[in-house]
Amino acid sequence: MRITLKLFASLAEHLPPGAGRNEAEVEVPDGASVQDVLDRFNLSQEQAHLVTRNGVFVPCSLRSEERLDSGDAVAVWPPVAGG
Amino acid sequence: MAWTGKILRVNLNDKTCKEEPLNREWAQQYLGQRGLATKYLVEEIDPKADPLGPDNKLIFATGPLTGTMASTGGRYSVITKSPLTNCVACSNSGGFIGQELKNAGWDMVIVEGKADGPVYLYIENEKAELLPADDIWGTSVWHTDEWLHKRHQDPLLRIAAVGRSAEQGCLYSAVINDLHRAAGRSGVGTVMASKNLKAMAVRGTLGVGNIKDPKRFMQAVNAAKKVLADNAVTGQGLPTYGTQVLMNVINEIGALPTRNAREVQFEGANEISGEAMHEPRPTDGKPNLVTNAGCFACTIACGRISTVDKGHFSVKNKPEYWGASGGLEYEAAWALGSDTGVDDLDALTYANFICNEDGMDPISFGATVAAAMELYGRGVLTTEQTGIPFDFGSAEALVKAAEWVATGEGFGKDLGLGSKRLCEKYGHPELSMTVKGQEFPAYDPRGIQGMGLTYATSNRGACHLRSYTVASEVLGIPEKTDPLTAEGKPALVKAFQDATGAVDSSGLCVFTTFAWTLEDIAPQIDAACEGEWTPERLLELGERVWNLERQFNLAAGITGADDTLPKRLLEEPAATGPAKGLVNKLDEMLPEYYQLRGWTPDGVPTPETLQRLGL
Ligand code: SF4
Repeated sequence: MRITLKLFASLAEHLPPGAGRNEAEVEVPDGASVQDVLDRFNLSQEQAHLVTRNGVFVPCSLRSEERLDSGDAVAVWPPVAGG
Repeated sequence: MAWTGKILRVNLNDKTCKEEPLNREWAQQYLGQRGLATKYLVEEIDPKADPLGPDNKLIFATGPLTGTMASTGGRYSVITKSPLTNCVACSNSGGFIGQELKNAGWDMVIVEGKADGPVYLYIENEKAELLPADDIWGTSVWHTDEWLHKRHQDPLLRIAAVGRSAEQGCLYSAVINDLHRAAGRSGVGTVMASKNLKAMAVRGTLGVGNIKDPKRFMQAVNAAKKVLADNAVTGQGLPTYGTQVLMNVINEIGALPTRNAREVQFEGANEISGEAMHEPRPTDGKPNLVTNAGCFACTIACGRISTVDKGHFSVKNKPEYWGASGGLEYEAAWALGSDTGVDDLDALTYANFICNEDGMDPISFGATVAAAMELYGRGVLTTEQTGIPFDFGSAEALVKAAEWVATGEGFGKDLGLGSKRLCEKYGHPELSMTVKGQEFPAYDPRGIQGMGLTYATSNRGACHLRSYTVASEVLGIPEKTDPLTAEGKPALVKAFQDATGAVDSSGLCVFTTFAWTLEDIAPQIDAACEGEWTPERLLELGERVWNLERQFNLAAGITGADDTLPKRLLEEPAATGPAKGLVNKLDEMLPEYYQLRGWTPDGVPTPETLQRLGL
C-alpha cells in the first residue's frame, strides 16, 4: 500500500531520492506499523521524537501496535520547539 | 543582591530625570521586570487612565538576572496600560538594551507625563538627560538608530525606539531595540510615541557586580547552561531551525489558523516554513536564512537573520532592503503568511523587515490584514477603501499594507486600528479574531484546546506567551497531554501562567523552559539575590503577579465576561485535520479554572485568595 511519509527539519535527508522538500509517497507492506516505517527509513527513537499519523500524535509505546492504512500520512520530527 | 537598587524617574512634563531607591520590600514580593514594574504601575496610575493620555506611565524594566552571566540573562520588558486592550501591557524583549540599562546602574526607568515636543532619553551610566528629537521624529526606527549612533559617536550605544507607525497612532506599535528585537505586543510603542518620546539610547559600563554569592552563582549558572546544551531542543532544535520549525508541526496537527481562522490548515505552510528558509532560492542559489543569532548572554540563539531575494517585487530597486536583517519567527510567519493566505516567503520576510523598521507587532498587523481580507472577500470593503485588490493570498496587498501602516498612509490608517476596531467600524465585529482587543497568535484553539483557555484568560489580551501549553499539548514538554481534550487543561494553564510570571520577572528568556524547570532557575536567582528563592516561592510569586494584573484589569473595567473567544472558535467546527468537527470547549474549562485560581464564578479573586498572596 502507499502512504505519505513526511520528514521534517534535519530528518529530510532520510527521504528516498527524488522526494520533495519534506515528503514522499512510499510503498509499504500491507498492515505495516508506524514503527516498521520508521525502521525502514533508518529513523532511530532519538531522531523520531515527535511522530504523528494523520496529524494525531503517536506515543513511543504505541508505534509498533499502530497499523497503517493505505493513504495515511506519517510525519516525523526530531526534538524541536518554538514559541 | 543583583538589583542595582536604583530607579530612574523621567518626567516629560518638566524634563527632569531623577534617581530614586528601588522599593526593596516590593522586590522581595515581585522580583523584578514584569512583576515589579507591574506593582509600580498599579500603585502609580489610575486603572481608568487614558492609555494615550499624559497620566499613563511607561516603564522599562530589567530583572535581577538581566546583565549577569546567566544564560539568556539579557531580557527587559516594557510595562504600561495598553491602548489596544485597555488592560495592563507587558511586552518582553531580548537583544542587548536590557543588559545595557542594568550595566548603566538602573533596575528600571519610569517615564511619566508628556513632552511638549519630540525628545529622546540619553543615559550614560548615572547621567540621564532628555534631548531634542525633532530631527528624527517622522523617521523610522532604523534611521533613528543610525542617527543616534552618529550623533553620539558611539557604536556601542544601545537603542530602543518607536517608528513612524507609532507616531501615526497605529494601536499595535512596538518598541524596537537593537534594530530587530521587539517589545512587540499590546501597543507599548504607541504609548511611547504618545508621550513624544522617540527613543531611549543607553550606554552602561558599570558592570553588574552586586551578586549575593558570586561563586555559588557561577556554579548554578554553569550547571543550568549544561542543561540547555544537553537538551535536544535548546541545544540543537532551536538554534538550527528557530521557532519557525513549528509551521509544519502545527499545520500537520490541524491547528494552524488560516485565512483569518476560517480554516485550520494551510496548503502553503511548507513554502513559508523553517525548512523552506534553509533551501537555496532558484534565482540566486542562496537560502533565505543567513545565520542564527542570539540575544545577550544566550546560549540557545534561536534568532533568525535573513535576506529577501533581490529580484523579488517587494525590494526591486530598493537596495536598502538587500542586506541581511531580522528574519521570520514562527509567530510572524504565521500572521503574515498562513493567516493572510500568502505563501510567498520573500514577501513575508520583507513585510517582517518593515514591521521592524517602523515598529509594528507582526502578529497584530498580520491578523488585522487577514480580517481586512475577509471583509474584502465579503464585499464589505472594496477598493474604494483598500486602494488595491485585497484578496486572501495576495502578496502585493500584504506588502502594500505593511508600507501603509508603517507610514500611516491611505488604508494604513484603518489597518492601524487593529482587527477589533476595524471589524467594528465596518459592521462585522464577529470577524475579529481577538480577545480583549488583542489579536490571537499562531495556534488554533479548536486543535489545541488549552490555548483557548490561555487566550481567554490572558491578562494582556490574547497571547501565547502567558501560558504556552503548546509545549505540553503538542511537544510533550514537560509531559504530553492530548491537545483535543479540555480535561486537565485548567490546571495546566494555571501552572504555566504562574511559572511564566516568575520567569518573566527574572530577566531570563521563557524559551529556557523548554529545558529548564523552576528547579534550574531558582538556584540561579537564589545565589544572585537577597532572600531565599525556592521553586515554590517563585511559583507563588508568579501567582501573585497574575492576580495583581487581574486586579488592575478589573479596576480598569475589564470583567470575567471578557474572558471569552471569538464566536468562530466557539461555534464553527474545524473542517479538516484531527480537530475536524471540534470547537473550543471554553465553557468546560473556564469555571474550573476560576475555581483553581480561587476566584468567584464571575472571575474575581476572593478576599481569601488576595490575602493568601499578600495582595
Ligand atoms: S532563546 Fe532566542 S529569544 Fe530567547 S534570549 Fe535566546 S536568542 Fe533571544
